[in-house]
Amino acid sequence: MNISRANIRAWSRLGQRGSFFGIAMPEIAKDRDNLKLLTADLSLLSGMDRFISAYPDKFLQVGIAEQNMIGIAAGLAMEGDCVFATTYASFIAVRSLEHIRQHLAHLQCNVKIIGSAAGVVAARSGVSHWATEDLAFMRVLPNLTVLSAADSLEAIKMAISAANMEGPVYIRLSGGLDCPVVYQEDYDFEIGKMITLREGSDVAILATGLMVAEALEAARLLEEKGISCTVLNVHTIKPLDKERLDQIFDNHKLLVTVEEHNVLGGMGSAVAEYKATKENVPRQVFLGFQDAFAKAGTQRYIWEQTGLTGPQIAERIEKEVFL
Amino acid sequence: MSEMVSDKHRTIDCSAQKAEELREMAKRMRLDALDMALSTGQKGSHLGGSLSCIEILAVLYGEVLRIDPKWPQWEERDRFIPSKNHCTLAHFPALAEAGYIDKSELVEFTKDGGRMTGYPRNLEIGLEYSGGSLGMAISVGIGIALASREQGRSNRVYVMMGDGELNEGCIWEAFMSAYQYRLDNLVVIIDRNHLSYDGDTEEVMALESLEDKMKAFNWHTICCNGHDTGDLLRAFSAIKEGVPNIIIADTVKGKGVSFIENRREWHHSRISQEQYEQARQEVLAAD
Repeated sequence: MNISRANIRAWSRLGQRGSFFGIAMPEIAKDRDNLKLLTADLSLLSGMDRFISAYPDKFLQVGIAEQNMIGIAAGLAMEGDCVFATTYASFIAVRSLEHIRQHLAHLQCNVKIIGSAAGVVAARSGVSHWATEDLAFMRVLPNLTVLSAADSLEAIKMAISAANMEGPVYIRLSGGLDCPVVYQEDYDFEIGKMITLREGSDVAILATGLMVAEALEAARLLEEKGISCTVLNVHTIKPLDKERLDQIFDNHKLLVTVEEHNVLGGMGSAVAEYKATKENVPRQVFLGFQDAFAKAGTQRYIWEQTGLTGPQIAERIEKEVFL
Repeated sequence: MSEMVSDKHRTIDCSAQKAEELREMAKRMRLDALDMALSTGQKGSHLGGSLSCIEILAVLYGEVLRIDPKWPQWEERDRFIPSKNHCTLAHFPALAEAGYIDKSELVEFTKDGGRMTGYPRNLEIGLEYSGGSLGMAISVGIGIALASREQGRSNRVYVMMGDGELNEGCIWEAFMSAYQYRLDNLVVIIDRNHLSYDGDTEEVMALESLEDKMKAFNWHTICCNGHDTGDLLRAFSAIKEGVPNIIIADTVKGKGVSFIENRREWHHSRISQEQYEQARQEVLAAD
């Protein structure tokens, strides 16, 4: 796969979902006879046309029946297939939760479930189409690996890494078309290893998904004010990179977690659960939806209500630092 | 008319002699089920819904399923997926009859950490699926059937479901999709015992006409007496190509023991020593 700057720009236009299904999946299918791609009536929206025309036998339309899709995926996996199954994040992670628990977590079937449009990108469709609790539901299931992509290139890397590992994975894809670019060039992605995007000495901002780009913007704004921030991309929510967290706890005065997700049960909670077992660790600020549903509008409007834009994150951190 | 019925995959012996043999097998399994129930003591067990599917399982394990207990990972084996997974008092005796486990092990089925405890998946002893939450297994059966067909295998997937669990909505998603994919290697058996935990299925949530519903879903629908081994053999030999098949086996919950039959409180209950003795006598005396 040619990870050139031009391709990175093109993939960002396709968004995380378009890159995952339109670019990564046909690539993965090339040398895998046992690959299957399932969707619950979302092939068109997910940009699967290229995959379907190249590999019609590897594609299965399940219709708008997410629970059935998870069971079918498990059955295929029991017979040796490597299965990818997708629909909107809320429909796959929440509506199908018990099926995922029984068939993927308990029986450890080799199924990768991809929840797209996570967060609030389905802005005007309203709360029913937002996924702001999916990480919490997926994270508590034993045996599941939980990933959350920062940009289109990372979505591609996640697809490939997930295909290369055995066992169930939840991949959270956020945003729609025109996903902001975090990675301008190729980089090393490894499941379970968070990525340091910027080194600083005062505050550590741990972000996931679309919040990574916002966190970088906040860090730039704070630098102008003399506040030095480390920015980390927590692309793997589970297993958590505890080794790196220990270093971060040692070297920073304040920890800020940012996610396009409820502050209950998400990435911030995962970090806090681990931090609670340690002594002399920094205080933590949880940014995300504060256990409330926002009012519908544009994605930006929704973020603004809870302070998730780059400038708002910077403003909040400045206040916390000078408390 | 020939007593041996063949399709492209297999031959089913529908003779009176085979039916009688399976009736004897069912009788032994019923006695095993009572032993298992007694062994649970105060914990109790699912006797009612197990006694209703004894003949179904006897016919499957005694004649229909193409399996080899000495080769449990055989790719071409038929898969039996118990969706009503609480039928262990019938299923484990069938596995013992088939040779997957020793009869002496049956009473250990609730032992702490045991290899049969808690409805595990364990291919070595013929347990293809771990479930129990109702309505979920048929989708897995569909996945297995799709993969089997794609890999060019001639095995079949048999999913046994209770009638109560047909209340679950995702079952109907699965019924639709099995026809959509024309899965003629999938056979569903409904243990139509007319009782769920709270009572008569038609009062709890009416299912009738189940036969019409399944025909409307384009499944080849076969109805039979689920306690008549001969009728069950004929049902399994009437399976059609091109579409998924369903056998609606009319049964009695608690079949074979007068004080358990059609009594909802026996969905899950304790059996006393005295009741056990009486039940055993009734099973032994039955023709």
